Amino acid sequence: MTSQSAKKSKTDDSDWRGNFPALHQEINGHPLVYLDSAASSQQPAPVIAAVQTYQECSHANVHRGVHTLSHRATEAYEGARDRIADFINASSRTEIVFTSGTTDSINLVAQSFCRPTLKPGDRIVISHLEHHSNIVPWQMLCEQTGAELVVASIDESGQVDVSEITDLLDERVKLLALAHVSNALGTVLPVKEIIGIAKTRGIPVLLDGAQAVPHLPVDVQDLDCDFYTFSGHKMFGPTGTGVLFGKESLLEAMPPYQGGGDMILEVSFEGTTYNDLPYKFEAGTPNIAGFVGLGAAVKYLQCIGMQRICQHEKELLEYMTTQLSEIQDVRLIGTAANKASVQSFMLADIHPHDVGTILDHQGVAIRTGHHCAMPVMEYFGIPGTARASLALYNTRDDVDALVVALHAAHRIFS
Amino acid sequence: MNTQSQPTDDLRDLYRELILDHARSPRHFGKLESTSHQAEGINPLCGDKLRLYLKIDADQTISAVNFEGSGCAISVASASLLTETINGLSTERALDYYANVVYLLTGVDAANPEIRLDLGKLKALEGVREFPSRVKCATLAWHALHSAINNTNDTVSTE
Repeated sequence: MTSQSAKKSKTDDSDWRGNFPALHQEINGHPLVYLDSAASSQQPAPVIAAVQTYQECSHANVHRGVHTLSHRATEAYEGARDRIADFINASSRTEIVFTSGTTDSINLVAQSFCRPTLKPGDRIVISHLEHHSNIVPWQMLCEQTGAELVVASIDESGQVDVSEITDLLDERVKLLALAHVSNALGTVLPVKEIIGIAKTRGIPVLLDGAQAVPHLPVDVQDLDCDFYTFSGHKMFGPTGTGVLFGKESLLEAMPPYQGGGDMILEVSFEGTTYNDLPYKFEAGTPNIAGFVGLGAAVKYLQCIGMQRICQHEKELLEYMTTQLSEIQDVRLIGTAANKASVQSFMLADIHPHDVGTILDHQGVAIRTGHHCAMPVMEYFGIPGTARASLALYNTRDDVDALVVALHAAHRIFS
Repeated sequence: MNTQSQPTDDLRDLYRELILDHARSPRHFGKLESTSHQAEGINPLCGDKLRLYLKIDADQTISAVNFEGSGCAISVASASLLTETINGLSTERALDYYANVVYLLTGVDAANPEIRLDLGKLKALEGVREFPSRVKCATLAWHALHSAINNTNDTVSTE
């Protein structure tokens, strides 16, 4: 982002909250306190307006018609690609492939990058704290190819061990796939250090950035990752939108993921010539309105500035962690030194689902359960956690409301 | 800071003292060694998982019932109440209770039981109706009962 846009941005954090219409409602007679952004974030007015304007004035199919609406739709859709490329500092817009979400992005890499060359004896390395979407695609790939999935351990704080991962990265490893930020624990993994080690051994690295992009500045060139994946709906954009960043040389060499319209240059029954990047990977009519919304979400984030958001959330997470730890019988799950956005916890021996219901009745929305990270829950020996997750629109008032609601839950069960 | 937020009536209705008591101290809890029928119930979204053990005699009397597993207060209390209710009943009467409880919790016409029973303590589960996301927790053990009696030996999933 530029310093010029920073000057234009809001100066008071509470103003950010004002940009999100969904936050201004009552739930069960209480003002909504939304602490579930790690599951899905709310959308600011500029995103809602961009989608509506597109639907009302610009909708047509992209990359096809000579008529005005098709041109407008294409400009809006491709404009989002330019903005996202700038946002994560990709070296070229052709490195930004639009998908339906992080899950789709990871499956694309598994099937298109890994599967054609993977053979029995090869290895894929992941960590114990991954979301199911960064586990299951690799399990399926290993079943298809006879390769082996190797899982790097985590410690009691919820952090990976760099030296263990270093030891695992031998010549059998064909890909290292890690979360940038853990969705269940909030751990920020030391990905730059790990990527540096993987690079010296020629091992490509994929990062699941779904929980990182809304909270931290992400620079894919600085990270030097080969693939970076994230979802629109966790970064204030619409659902059904996702991004796969891939280094151009790798994407060029990969076969298409799905066949269909838009991913071709020429089709005959003798054979088909595939389209250029990134369209080779975008078969069929895309979620145009969704990506228009995602482009507006990225613009919104750039106007505020990711450093500011990161600092705001860091202070708020520290406040929330301190407040939670002062509640009797709260056990914090995920206590790594470097964390973002998320705090999982247990309240006495009350099942997280009961905690969630009692909180909801006081207007406080949190996520409860295994957070699509069942191996993490197994590691900590618990069925699930209560998880409060922050976004730029949260304030200390939200944390205070959470604490009041937890005291009420404690009273009901004591 | 005000930490004295009071639970609403709905919430008190959900977490009645009887429910909390059964959740804290579930009856007939633990594996039954001598069992003729059993079934597992899982609620994949919240991780509730329980196994119901029945001993059904030749005359179709349920002479023993136990359960084990873990889950939220509602699912554990419902399972515990189930064991208290059906112990000693005929399988036919137990299935009548199944239909009555499912009807109580869901109000679905399809589950409208032919025989209306006085549900007694089971009426404590009534408050769950106001919490649609929790109905599955309360019905889990009852679906497992249905599966166990019908000898399907299947895992019952709420999803």
